[in-house]
Amino acid sequence: MNSQIFHPFVLPFVLGMAFVLTYCLVGLVRVISQLPKDDRKKFWHSLVTPKTAWANIRDLFGDCLFHVKIWKRNPVLGYMHTAIAFGWFMIIVIGHVMLFTLKPLQGIEVEGLQGMFTNFYYPIFFKYFAEETPVFAFLMDFFLLMIISGILIAVVKKIHSKIVGVKRVMHFGFADSLIRFALWTIFPFRLIAEKTNIMAFWWLYSIDLLIFMCMLPFTRYMHIPTEALFILLRHAGIKVTEPRKGYALAELYSCPSCGLCIDACPMSVNDKMSGNTSAYFMKKLRNKDTEESQRIAETCLMCGKCVMICPLSIESCDIKFSQRASVPYNINSDHSYLFCHSERSEESQTNNQKPRVLYFAGCMTQLTPKIMRAMKQIMEAADEEYQFMDENGGICCGRPMMLSGKTAEAKAMVEKNTELIKKSGATKLVLSCPICYKVFKEEYHLEGIEIQHHTQYIDDLVKAGKLKLNKGDVNYVYHDPCELGRAFGVYDEPREVLENVGNLKKAKSEKELSICCGGSLGSFTLTQQERDEITANSVNDLMFNNPDEIVTACPLCLKTFARKSPVKVKDIAEVTAESL
Amino acid sequence: MDFGFCLSPSSHVKMDSVDLTTFNRLKETNPDVNTCIACGSCTATCTAGNFTEMSFRRLLLMLQRGKEDEAKKMIQRCMLCGKCTLVCPRGINIRKILLDITR
Repeated sequence: MNSQIFHPFVLPFVLGMAFVLTYCLVGLVRVISQLPKDDRKKFWHSLVTPKTAWANIRDLFGDCLFHVKIWKRNPVLGYMHTAIAFGWFMIIVIGHVMLFTLKPLQGIEVEGLQGMFTNFYYPIFFKYFAEETPVFAFLMDFFLLMIISGILIAVVKKIHSKIVGVKRVMHFGFADSLIRFALWTIFPFRLIAEKTNIMAFWWLYSIDLLIFMCMLPFTRYMHIPTEALFILLRHAGIKVTEPRKGYALAELYSCPSCGLCIDACPMSVNDKMSGNTSAYFMKKLRNKDTEESQRIAETCLMCGKCVMICPLSIESCDIKFSQRASVPYNINSDHSYLFCHSERSEESQTNNQKPRVLYFAGCMTQLTPKIMRAMKQIMEAADEEYQFMDENGGICCGRPMMLSGKTAEAKAMVEKNTELIKKSGATKLVLSCPICYKVFKEEYHLEGIEIQHHTQYIDDLVKAGKLKLNKGDVNYVYHDPCELGRAFGVYDEPREVLENVGNLKKAKSEKELSICCGGSLGSFTLTQQERDEITANSVNDLMFNNPDEIVTACPLCLKTFARKSPVKVKDIAEVTAESL
Repeated sequence: MDFGFCLSPSSHVKMDSVDLTTFNRLKETNPDVNTCIACGSCTATCTAGNFTEMSFRRLLLMLQRGKEDEAKKMIQRCMLCGKCTLVCPRGINIRKILLDITR
């Protein structure tokens, strides 16, 4: 063959590329065939639905190329990822544009199969085979330098991550370190090769590509091709069913191990516990380390902060739930007693005819009776027709059973509670515990009954003028409970109530960034000492502006903080009742 | 014939011959069972205890007496809500112990 068309140094690249394409194709077929039938239908359907198709295009560019979510959190890291991803994408695109515009002009077009073969590697080594026009040459150099600037930041991050605002980074094994080194050197080699035309650098460039592509499927860089599929699946509304199959598999391979969740995780108070973060969980599960991934799944507090901070919104908590369910506990739960003893919970309901509001305190609130007392006071002050559903103890809402992966048992509790609620005839259900709130919102089918957490309920009462509050001069800081804030975005209602009763101070991390109190029952295995460390860290964060009192809206947070806080911890209901 | 009363079977436990493997294994995996002071906070707060005879304090006692089957039967009542763990003054992760017994 003509030396202008072919040179042996392209072979490593061609081999590598052929391997990666084959692997990705097999992977794609595998993931899609593992999806449950209904999900597969949903997936095909979503591709042609205009709304999801638009969301797909927006996120493919926004997440894969521009990394919008990382820019929002940390602009330096945002630039680093954009420079490498978008820059690389652009030199591939420009390479192909040149292939189809310049090649015919320069009369080096080859026909047939041979032509297709040359088209495969031409854009990658264009400068060696053909002349670029000045505009294209400038664009190529520009994007190549952009990538190299991104790599420089990556090198700085590797040497001293704190410079770019990252406290803890992932620890990688040999394979991940080698492929990262290959990635870092690809572009400088290409630049040198293009500028000097020294044969050795063209070879190095091509071999680097071979190393990168051959290792890609076995390292974290597999996220580059998988991400695209994952975004499509996510927009189709598919949920995780099994920890290592179908959608979950796409999620596992989409995790780039960027480690942003490590600094975000409430457990990252020390080095040992930071190994329990989602990034490590995903990596272990990807590598089929079942024992370790099960351990992390059981340790996780399930606060959802990693999901919120994840640049790809990978639902690692859902995967952890399904991992838990895949190794079930040996309890043959028997809750038939709930149905035999139903008179007992019924007699606890006061004999109010057709109440407007049904109040369900939940098990956790039973442990903090002051919240119940405060709620009673508030509802009486507002002159509401209310009824207590579980004044003398009730049934669990079912969430803990779901957390441990026992769905059938949870369902029985859900059914029993639904029956009790429907019988009462109330039109509004008020809950004091965000854990219950989440379950009632998501798992219960209570048509015609409005479900509110007491923060929303109190806010409504104040806005409707039913509650007159006296503003004091106490400085409050509000802690967002995970399951109220991150899960349902209830951020403003409690803050508006607090502004009516005192001064609201800001915590260091607020709203969707709020740190779990450490008491979360989502974790099965954390010891008390470990929890105490997490709590202390969270309290420190809240005490940032020296408030007089910490206010929260979750009985569990209340109890947990009370152990470690230097100031008084109160529930929002208490604070409201006090200022009546 | 029903007299309205009967004799209950003997609840005598021969400590020399009981099988304590479960309890000993539990002590190894969860050393904090040794720190239980049997205060009963767990039992008092238990959601299932509200309806049944579920009681972690008794459960530990059963295991110490080698009555493993009875203990496992009692665990079936548990709703895993974790309140017992929350109130334990010794910071024992009771819910984890319950789960480990059945492992």
